[in-house]
Amino acid sequence: MYVLRRLPSLLATLFAVSLLTFLMTSLLPGDPALQILGAENATPEAIAAVRADLGLDDPLPVRYLHWIGDALTGDFGRSYRTNEPVSEAIIDRLPVTAEIGILAIIIALLVAIPVGMLSAYRAGTRTDKLISSTSFGLLAVPNFMVAIFLILIFAVWLGVLPATGWVNFTDNPVQNLRSALLPALSLAIAEMAVYTRLLRTDMIGTLQQDFVTMARVKGVSNRRILFRHALRPSSFSLMTVAGVQVGAIIGGSVVIETLFALPGVGRLLLEAVLVRDLLMVQGVALVIAVSYVVVNFTVDILYSYLDPRISHGRSAARV
Amino acid sequence: MTTARPLDGRGNEPLLEVDDLRTYFDTPRGVVKAVDGVSLRVDRGKTLGIVGESGSGKTVLSRSIMNLLPKNNTIREGSVRFEGRELTTMKNKEMRTIWGAEMAMILQDPMTSLNPVTKIGDQITESLGIHLGEKGKVAKAHAVDLLKSVGIPAAERRLGEYPHQLSGGMRQRVTIAIALACGPKLLVADEPTTALDVTVQRQILDLLETQQHERNMGLIIITHDLGVVAGRADEIAVMYAGRIVERAPTRELFARTRMPYTEGLLKSIPRLHQPSHTRLAAIPGRPPDLVDPGPGCPFAPRCNYAQDKCLTETPVLAPHAAGHEAACHFPVGTTAGQDALARNLAAGRTAAGTPLDSSTAIATAGAA
Repeated sequence: MYVLRRLPSLLATLFAVSLLTFLMTSLLPGDPALQILGAENATPEAIAAVRADLGLDDPLPVRYLHWIGDALTGDFGRSYRTNEPVSEAIIDRLPVTAEIGILAIIIALLVAIPVGMLSAYRAGTRTDKLISSTSFGLLAVPNFMVAIFLILIFAVWLGVLPATGWVNFTDNPVQNLRSALLPALSLAIAEMAVYTRLLRTDMIGTLQQDFVTMARVKGVSNRRILFRHALRPSSFSLMTVAGVQVGAIIGGSVVIETLFALPGVGRLLLEAVLVRDLLMVQGVALVIAVSYVVVNFTVDILYSYLDPRISHGRSAARV
Repeated sequence: MTTARPLDGRGNEPLLEVDDLRTYFDTPRGVVKAVDGVSLRVDRGKTLGIVGESGSGKTVLSRSIMNLLPKNNTIREGSVRFEGRELTTMKNKEMRTIWGAEMAMILQDPMTSLNPVTKIGDQITESLGIHLGEKGKVAKAHAVDLLKSVGIPAAERRLGEYPHQLSGGMRQRVTIAIALACGPKLLVADEPTTALDVTVQRQILDLLETQQHERNMGLIIITHDLGVVAGRADEIAVMYAGRIVERAPTRELFARTRMPYTEGLLKSIPRLHQPSHTRLAAIPGRPPDLVDPGPGCPFAPRCNYAQDKCLTETPVLAPHAAGHEAACHFPVGTTAGQDALARNLAAGRTAAGTPLDSSTAIATAGAA
């Protein structure tokens, strides 16, 4: 099965990701023990005691094995600052970021697919040029600017959506969506533009294919040609980039969650970095990296749904 | 070859009649005259072969007849009548009732003309649903019949397969099944065998011929290979630079070739009786630029017979025998033609300045 064939490479990637996350944070200059104790309490004895307690004096490989072994059982250690278990902090915050990210991708796709198709269908016309220049414009605006404009319009002027804050879905689904909408939209705007451009380019190529001519000669309507014949073969770049762009969305959420004062993983990471809360940074970075790898692995699997040639690769040349 | 069978009482009306069709493209380089005044007709149950090299305008001609070209930047004049209905002025919405139902087309490369991500069964039943209103089991059974009729074994299983799971020949059979699904009256086959192995080519051509006879369907085969249409077409039209330069019933065309270009095409077919490693007699030069072709015969720069007149006056199609027309001032096999060739041989060059040595001349004289 295709999924099983891909599994070893997924595991290898996950291993590399965990190792890099660990090394990145461990090789940073500065002593975490010093951070924990604070400048005034940092006698050499106290530092040595904390280091021994945290296992910081062990060789790197040993420290990595300890950390990853615990991480596999769901134990990422405790925050140096608050003593809160890192895993609990992440589990608390992850749904917020995930909801905003997924919502952003859904909004972006819902807009980009019809608009990109229209742009390709009317390639070279005024409609196409208007869509193209609009998407370039949207791409050029950084997401925090978009967020500020959206807050200004929807929260300050119209007063229909909250500017900051978060309501849990389980507490009040409607309020939850209202609080998620503006942050998601801020992240979606740039994605929308990227997706539209990509789909347009691929779609123009597909519409020149012989099988589209064949479909026309069968008497198939334009709408059906676009949605049933051309969309699927045109969506490979879109899928790939949507997967890769999850990274951009996570990166963007650091900024957006801070702007909208949302209790998400992005803000958690930012705060942990600022106070050198090493285990927290490691834990969050690992979770983010793993989700990124898993999302892109899923995209890989989805290819075989989009294009049957991928999963049938081995039995292709049957007569 | 079949004789005309007037089945529907309209036997005298041609199935397809193209009259002085012109198709120009407005490009930044200038106006490309891809099809420049083509007239032809196809009767029910008859096969017309359109032969020409790459760039002769034969594919544009087929798209223009089928009304498939984009409207912008395309200038189209003349008329295309299908069973008396004028197609050139029809909107796409009207054309959709004709496409697939009455006129169908198959393209050169069956890998690209089938949708790679859709099951074969769905690609066949699609037009059955659109034109015949067939759905579900009825459509599926019909699709199985169609696949069987084009010689695909295990048809039921094939319905659930994707194009890449079939061989090239099988794929072209599938495109034929799709084209024939709703019983069209005219099938346009644009280079139907070019992308296929030689052994498969013959099977596909035989299949087209059988289906045509069974359905009394008009058939246009467009090809660069005279060999493809040699034994199959009732009539052959040779295209050069967007025009028809010679047209004749197949036997007549081969027996009494008049146009030097047709002669060149015939000479460039390898013959079994020739010893191995015999050099093929290629036609020198390239097809002309279709932007602003200038005066004179477009073939003159490549023609062994070219005289001064050929450089200034464009020849028009003139009758030579019953149903045989050629556009040439010094036709092959006539006294005028032989004199022209002799003059050029003596001068060692044609009037267009193309060198003419005895080896090409011997190859050419063989046909005269």
